Amino acid sequence: MAETVQTLGAPLDVARLRDDFPILSRNVRGGKPLVYLDNAASSQKPKAVIAALADYYSRYNANVHRGIHTLSEEATDEYEKARRKIQAFINAESPSELIFVRNTTEAINLVAYSYGSRLREGDEILLSEMEHHSNLVPWQLLADRSGARLRFLPLFDDGTLDMSALPGLLSERTRIVAVSHMSNVLGTINPVEEIARQAHAAGAVVLLDAAQSVPHLPVDVQALECDFLAFSGHKMLGPMGVGVLWGRRELLESMPPFLAGGNMIMQVGLEHSTYNELPDKFEAGTPDAGGAIALGVAVDYLSAVGMENVRRHERDLTDYALEVLMGLDDVALYGPKSADSRGAVIAFNFADIHPHDLGTLLDRDGVAIRAGHHCCQPLMRRLGQVATARASFYLYNNRSEVDVLAEALGHARAVLG
Amino acid sequence: MSFQFDDELYRDIILDHYRNPRNKGDLEPADVSVSANNPLCGDEVTITARLSADGSSVAELHFSGRGCSISQASASMMTEEIEGKPLAEALKVINKFKEMMLAEGDVEGLGDLEALQGVKRYPVRIKCAVLPWNSLLQGLTDKAGTAT
Repeated sequence: MAETVQTLGAPLDVARLRDDFPILSRNVRGGKPLVYLDNAASSQKPKAVIAALADYYSRYNANVHRGIHTLSEEATDEYEKARRKIQAFINAESPSELIFVRNTTEAINLVAYSYGSRLREGDEILLSEMEHHSNLVPWQLLADRSGARLRFLPLFDDGTLDMSALPGLLSERTRIVAVSHMSNVLGTINPVEEIARQAHAAGAVVLLDAAQSVPHLPVDVQALECDFLAFSGHKMLGPMGVGVLWGRRELLESMPPFLAGGNMIMQVGLEHSTYNELPDKFEAGTPDAGGAIALGVAVDYLSAVGMENVRRHERDLTDYALEVLMGLDDVALYGPKSADSRGAVIAFNFADIHPHDLGTLLDRDGVAIRAGHHCCQPLMRRLGQVATARASFYLYNNRSEVDVLAEALGHARAVLG
Repeated sequence: MSFQFDDELYRDIILDHYRNPRNKGDLEPADVSVSANNPLCGDEVTITARLSADGSSVAELHFSGRGCSISQASASMMTEEIEGKPLAEALKVINKFKEMMLAEGDVEGLGDLEALQGVKRYPVRIKCAVLPWNSLLQGLTDKAGTAT
């Protein structure tokens, strides 16, 4: 649990927050302090989350929803408590609308298979040109299975969606609109309320890939008026292996099961079975109970800091990083140039150095960034790039780490520029 | 803070081949043409070769593509090393190079290619170095397959 309870409006006490993350004090590459700027790929974990996992396995590890003994009851209680914490965190109406899955990818696949089973030839699925492969390939497979057609909301060169194209792309054929809430490459925060409003008017359901938004922005599913929201625990201080699909109850109730097996059934006959109530209908097999419980602790931590505070800190840091990077020669930045409309993800290229070389050279200075296509090959083609470097920040990053990044870029130029 | 030009990865000879690539551009027509990419980092390479009239040796060997310094320098060095070699000897060098990169193969007889040994300390980059070599190996093997 974060002892650092923030006062709303006060700057984050980053130095104190950093003490909660043991990994941030390690050195890499022969004594360089770690500067971890790969948070869009996975975040680090506070002591409280690590302790929650250890506590689960030390004290009450047992299968959930099955045992009639003490440990199983405790595990089930804590597992369901975690579901309610996450419900409150995204302001969902009911905990039964939250399905624990492995990650965002599995959440999107669940919807593509289950809700997608009602799509037919002639139906359309609307995506955008900036989607992560995990919000693209499941829909390509659904299009192959159903004969539905994929359509794409285009991008402006500044990395924002061309919303003027939306009315022309939506029609009574549109069944599903699946877009990223916040881009994992461009950082763009998309106008998803407006997309949802127009999509609903056309009779489509809306899925938001919220892998980058839920960890970094206040997210209220009722205010967003979306129908499905998919996110991963490991990008929001939680452990790997657990993620969440939120869906509107009436939709989830109308959908067939995705994975089949234990826990998701009510009555099983040899020829036919009836399915369990929500959320169990979609949670076949033994879940990552310890992971879900630790994710609940991560949500406690983020709530204690305050998501408004996280967002404000990251907006300040992004503005600073954009300013520092734009001050260097030979930098190409992708995405919106102001932190007002973007999150703390900055894709860039530098001095004609291939991003992979840049990744290696920055790592020598202790700076961890991502290099490559970021699972967004169509977006890379749209940007005219094979790959980019990407620095992404979180609540525990600070300005001096941006300065180390700039210094390390200077060193990289000396070798390869 | 001064920067250490240690630099077992970015050795001078690698940087030289990266900045001044040899035998760059596609041969057309070509007896062998293979394209490959490394989906992890987006390295792309195309290898084209012409064989001698009797098909017994690699008369000309070119590469094209874009990617990191290691993949591009490795391709450039490969063309210099292999061009002019009889097929059997070319295959021997390719396998010896791969052994050096992927196992504990000795470096004797590899000449300048030895410079790429430093890549081994950066495991994710090994694929970059080996990419052009795998492409050439596939091209020559396919060619040998259709010839017999």
